[in-house]
Amino acid sequence: MDLILETLGLAASAELLSLNPPGWGGNLLRGLANSLQIAFGAFGFGLLIGLFGASGKLYGGVVIRDLLAIYTTVIRAVPELVLILILYYVGTDLINKASQMLGYGRVEISGVVAGIWVLGIVQGAYATEVLRGAIKAVPQGQIEAARAFGMPPFMLMRRVTIPAMMSYATPGLANLWLIATKDTALLAIVGFSELTLETRQAAASTRAYFTFFLAAGALYLIVTLFSGAVFARIEKWARRGQPSLRGAHK
Amino acid sequence: MTQWRALLQPHRIVLMAIFTGLVIWCAFALRWDWVPQYAPLAVEGLWRTIWILILTSVLGFMLAIPLGLAQAVGPWYLSAPAKLFCTIIRGTPLLLQIWLLYYGLGSLFPQIPWIRGSELWPYLRQAWPYAVLALTLSYAGYEGEVMRGAFSSVNRGQLEAANAFGMPRFTMFRRIWLPQAIRNVLPTLGGETILQLKATPLVATITVVEIYSVSSRVRADTFIVYEPLLLLAVFYMMIAGLITLLFRRFEEQVPKR
Repeated sequence: MDLILETLGLAASAELLSLNPPGWGGNLLRGLANSLQIAFGAFGFGLLIGLFGASGKLYGGVVIRDLLAIYTTVIRAVPELVLILILYYVGTDLINKASQMLGYGRVEISGVVAGIWVLGIVQGAYATEVLRGAIKAVPQGQIEAARAFGMPPFMLMRRVTIPAMMSYATPGLANLWLIATKDTALLAIVGFSELTLETRQAAASTRAYFTFFLAAGALYLIVTLFSGAVFARIEKWARRGQPSLRGAHK
Repeated sequence: MTQWRALLQPHRIVLMAIFTGLVIWCAFALRWDWVPQYAPLAVEGLWRTIWILILTSVLGFMLAIPLGLAQAVGPWYLSAPAKLFCTIIRGTPLLLQIWLLYYGLGSLFPQIPWIRGSELWPYLRQAWPYAVLALTLSYAGYEGEVMRGAFSSVNRGQLEAANAFGMPRFTMFRRIWLPQAIRNVLPTLGGETILQLKATPLVATITVVEIYSVSSRVRADTFIVYEPLLLLAVFYMMIAGLITLLFRRFEEQVPKR
């Protein structure tokens, strides 16, 4: 192994990337773990907002529908970076005001929670649109049948709407998950030590920019490709029982 | 006419009144005394944001056409690299790409003597060529995938008809294949251009002075947090609205069947 690296001229890079302290590999992996943690949290939070947002847009009253339209339009028109800063300051301000009113001092907010809150609200706007489209694609008769049997709204959602819309929603949700993993990089700018910031620190202190940025790129790419495979499995599962369209349109 | 009537529903009038009240409250309760001092810088920053957006979208789209064509109909030795390029661009964060190009190439170039001696060196020492390159490659990567779908969705009969008339291959591409491909994906391209607008503030991290970095500077100089950010959000919404209108104009040119 060492001989191969030596002949390829990669020994120096391997040393820089090694997992033990003189190398920076451990820091990169810790950054990756942080990134994934935030991406998972934000995706889940966004999905929750999206589910309520989509139901509100489809079945809510006129005021709720207009407010949700404003939410999705504004979030999708303003850069994530600007939203992250606004939501970060608003969130920390609100929490500090609340804790001061309750008689506690200033609270230090953990980066993970702030990241999940900020990216979750951004993801929620996109998830609302994805899920709204998916719910609308569910044949109306299925929902009407469930209502006719007297299913309460939550049971209807859990038993009929969500399973039936899964196959329409998975491609959009897969895209959203990839956006979530890549948007965690933006938290580097507010100083949260996720993969991109760890990489930059490692690169700046060793001057080996190419090595570290390429290594981080490879890590992100592995996450992307792996998620692609997982979502392909999920889509296949969600489409079980549906007839294949292959060769139908020729 | 009907559009205006939709705005006059009672609940919308109430919402608009609340919104107007919010705007008036913002105008009086928040601090705007820093605006005159930073206005010239902000105009310059806004101009640079728009300029970067247009330049990188046009260059990126020109790169996306061969990328899409190679993936749609190219032989494997062209389609495989094109696909690899699109996967890498789409699979890694843009911020990482920008930093790789700026810090990576930027630290590599000074070590190569003939680059230091060349005519291009004064430009390569600045940040904006790297910003433009990174944003162009990113747009090309995303659009290459869109154009792949667009090229393969053009009706086969159209191309066969052009062939039957003895049209040369390039004329056929220019007159029939490309226009129809672009028409099919105009709405997608509009959305992608707004995404590109939203990517431009990232170049502020490599010291390019555009509208986002002006707002950061106001925040750093005066410790005013919300006002510059709110104004910035309004600017971005206005540019996004303009892009939407522009693409709606383009889409109106497409004859409907």
